[in-house]
Amino acid sequence: MTTQEVRLCGLLLQEHFGDVVEKVGTHLIRCGVLTLRALAHETKLALDLVKKSLCVLMQHGMCTFGAGRRGPAGPVEYRISCERILHMLRYPRYIYTAKSLYGDTGELIVEEILQRGQMTMSSTVKTVADRLTHNMPEGQSMDYSEVVSAFSQLVETHFLQRCPPVASTGSSNSGAVDTPPPAVAQPSEPESHPDCYRVPYINLTGQGKRRRSSEDGEADQRAAKKAKVDNNECGDEGIFWQVNFERFHLHFRDQAIISAVSCKLDQTSGEIVRTMLRMSEVTTPANAAFTQALSANEIFRALPSNYNIARPILDQYLTLLVDDPMEFVGKTGDSGGGMYVVNLHRALANLARATLESVVQERFGSRSARIFRLLLRKRHLEQKQVEDFAMIPAKEAKDMLYTLLSENLVQLQEIPKTPDHAPSRTFYLYTVNQLPTARLLLQHCYKTIGNLIERRLYETKENKRLLEKSQRIEAILASLQATGAETAQLTEVEEMITAPERQQLESLRHHINKLDSSENQVDETIFLLESYINSTQASR
Amino acid sequence: MAGRSKGRGRSQFTFSVDALGFGRGDSLPQSTHTPSPLFPPMQFRPVPLTTGEEVDYMLALKQELRASSKNLPFHIREARTKTDVARYSDKYQNGEPKNSTIEWSPDWSRLPKELCIKVRKPRKTLIGAKPLLQRKPKVAAGKEEVLQKLETLEKREQEHHSEEEEEEEKKKQNEEEEEPNVDEDYDEEEVEDETDYIMSYFDNGEDFGADSDDNMDEAVY
Repeated sequence: MTTQEVRLCGLLLQEHFGDVVEKVGTHLIRCGVLTLRALAHETKLALDLVKKSLCVLMQHGMCTFGAGRRGPAGPVEYRISCERILHMLRYPRYIYTAKSLYGDTGELIVEEILQRGQMTMSSTVKTVADRLTHNMPEGQSMDYSEVVSAFSQLVETHFLQRCPPVASTGSSNSGAVDTPPPAVAQPSEPESHPDCYRVPYINLTGQGKRRRSSEDGEADQRAAKKAKVDNNECGDEGIFWQVNFERFHLHFRDQAIISAVSCKLDQTSGEIVRTMLRMSEVTTPANAAFTQALSANEIFRALPSNYNIARPILDQYLTLLVDDPMEFVGKTGDSGGGMYVVNLHRALANLARATLESVVQERFGSRSARIFRLLLRKRHLEQKQVEDFAMIPAKEAKDMLYTLLSENLVQLQEIPKTPDHAPSRTFYLYTVNQLPTARLLLQHCYKTIGNLIERRLYETKENKRLLEKSQRIEAILASLQATGAETAQLTEVEEMITAPERQQLESLRHHINKLDSSENQVDETIFLLESYINSTQASR
Repeated sequence: MAGRSKGRGRSQFTFSVDALGFGRGDSLPQSTHTPSPLFPPMQFRPVPLTTGEEVDYMLALKQELRASSKNLPFHIREARTKTDVARYSDKYQNGEPKNSTIEWSPDWSRLPKELCIKVRKPRKTLIGAKPLLQRKPKVAAGKEEVLQKLETLEKREQEHHSEEEEEEEKKKQNEEEEEPNVDEDYDEEEVEDETDYIMSYFDNGEDFGADSDDNMDEAVY
C-alpha cells in the first residue's frame, strides 16, 4: 500500500465511520495482518472500541479474518483490503448505474445495501418499500412484490451476490462452554459458493408503511411492534447479500468502450459494439482479454430492431471497426460471415493511453503532448530525432523534454558505445513506458483526491460557525412552517442571516460542490487506470 | 588520458556539451536557494469540470451519502469519560454511546467469537404512567413468556432480590429470545423504575461484567 493510498483510505474511513475506525483501519493497513490484542495494544484504544471497529469493517466487507500464523489453535488474525475502502469513492456511480438500469427501486436497493454493508433480502425489501412509500403521494404505498422483483432482477444480472458463507472448522456452538479453543471461522470467496446468485424463497407479503408524524407515533409504534412480532420469520435468516463490485466494474468498462467507439466513429458503430458486448456478457469470464467470438450473422440477428441496417452495411461497419487503429474489434475467422471479437485488454490499454496523452496535453501544452505521443509510438528516440520528428525548434523541444523528464513522464535510457561509458560516446535515448507512467498517474490521482477531501474539510471547518447557524435557522423555519406561522414571522427568522453571511454561505456551498464534483470525476480516471493496470496483471 | 587533457584547467562537465545543445557561453540555470513554492503559478489553466444532469445527480448522491452515514450506527464515537460528578439524571439520559456496547446487532455467527460485544438496546424515554397501563395488558395478551415474566417480576418485588441478579436474569431471558423485543425490555425497565424509590439507590448494573476486559475466555453477552 502506497503512502497516498493509505492517506486516502484514512480520510475515507474518517468521513464515513469516524475517528476510531480510521485509527484502527490505518494501523491495520500499515501493519498488514494483526491479532485483536496486538491491534488494541498498538493503537492504544480500548479493547471494546477496537472490537466495534472491526465489526463495522467486517460488516462492510473491508476486513477479513482468518487463522493466524500459529494455525487454527492460535488467535485470529485480521487483514484489511485497501481497494475495498477505495471503492467507497465510487458509491454514487454504482447507485446511479442501478438507477439507470432498474429505476428508483433498484437505486434504493443498491443504496441501502451499500450503506449497510450486507443485508438480508427481507430487511432490504421492507426498508426500500417504506422509503418508496414515504415519497409517494398520500394513500398509495409500494407493494413488497415489486421490490422483490427488482431485487431478483439485480441478482439475476449478478449485480448483487450472497455474502460468502463462513465455514467453521469443527462444531462451534455458542451453547457449548468447554475448554477447547473456539473454532476459527474462515470466509471463502463469494463466487465459489454454488448458490451465490440464487434468490431464496421468502414469504413476505405486504406493503410499505408510511412513516407518520410524531402525534400518531404511539399508535404507529404499537402497530409496527405487532407487525414485527408477526413477520419475524421470513425464511431467509442468515442469508446476507452484498453488492458485486466486479460486475459493476465490468459494466463501467463496457460503457467506456462503447462511448469511445461512438466518439471516434459514429453512433451506429457504438450500437454494434454494444450489441456484441451484450451478447457476450454471460459467456466471457471477468478477466478475459477478448470476448467470445461472435459471427456476423448472430450480430445481425441480435441488433436492436430500431436500427434498420442492412446486412452488407453491417459488414462494412464491422470491417471499419476492425481496420481502425484503436483495435477495439478484431476478426478471428471467416465462418458464419466472419467471426469478430471485442479486444477488451487492448481497448483498455488504448483508453489508458488516451488518458495519459490528455493529461500531458492539459498540463504541458499541445506541443509537449506531441512529443509524448511521438515517444509512445516510436519507443526510443534521441534528442535530435525528437526535434526532427516533432517539427519543433531545438531549444523549445529541449525545454519541453526536460520538463517532462523532471516530472518522470519520460525516461532516459543510456546505451554506451564504449565500455567506459564516456558521455560523449553514449547514446541517450528518451522513452515512455506506458505501464509505469500509468501507475505514476494513478498515484497522482489518489493524492489529488486526498487533497480535495482535505481542502473540503478545511473549508467546512473554517466556516463551521456559519454553517451551524444556518442549520439552526433552517430548523426553526421548518418547525415554524409546520405549525403554520405567518409570513412575517418567517421573514423575520430569515433575516437573522445577514446578506454578507448569505453570500459567504453561497460561495462556500459553491466551493464544496465543486470539490465534491471534482472527486467524482477524478474517480472516473482512477477507474480507467486501475482497470488497465489490473488487465496487464491478469494476462501475466 | 588523451581525452582528459583537452579540458585541463578550464571548466569541464561530465556530459558532452554538444549533445545537449547549449554552448559554453550560455549560463547554467540558477541554483535554487529556497524550496519550491507551495502553489506554483500554473502555465495552463485546468479544464472546467463536466456538467450535466448526471453529474449533478451524482453530486447530490455523494453529499447525501456522506450526511446519512454520520447518523448510522456504524459511525463510532468514543464515549466521553465523565469528568463531572455522577448525576442522578445520567441514568435517564443514556443517549451517549458507551464503549462496551455496540449499537447494532451483526450476525455473530459470521464473526469470530472474540469480537462479541453486548448489543445495546435502545432505551426509550419515559412517556408516562398512562401508556404503561395500556401497554401492559396489550403485551400480556400475546405471549405466555410475557406472562411468565410479569409473574417473576411480581415475585421479585415481593422477595427483594439484589438488583444485580435481576439484571443478569433479565438480560439472559432477553438473549434467549430470538430477537430482542423492545416492548418487553421497555416494560421491565419501567416496572423496575417504578419500584425504584422503594429499592435502595443503586447503580443500574449495566456496567456489570463490562469492565473485565482481560478475561477473554468468557464471551460477554
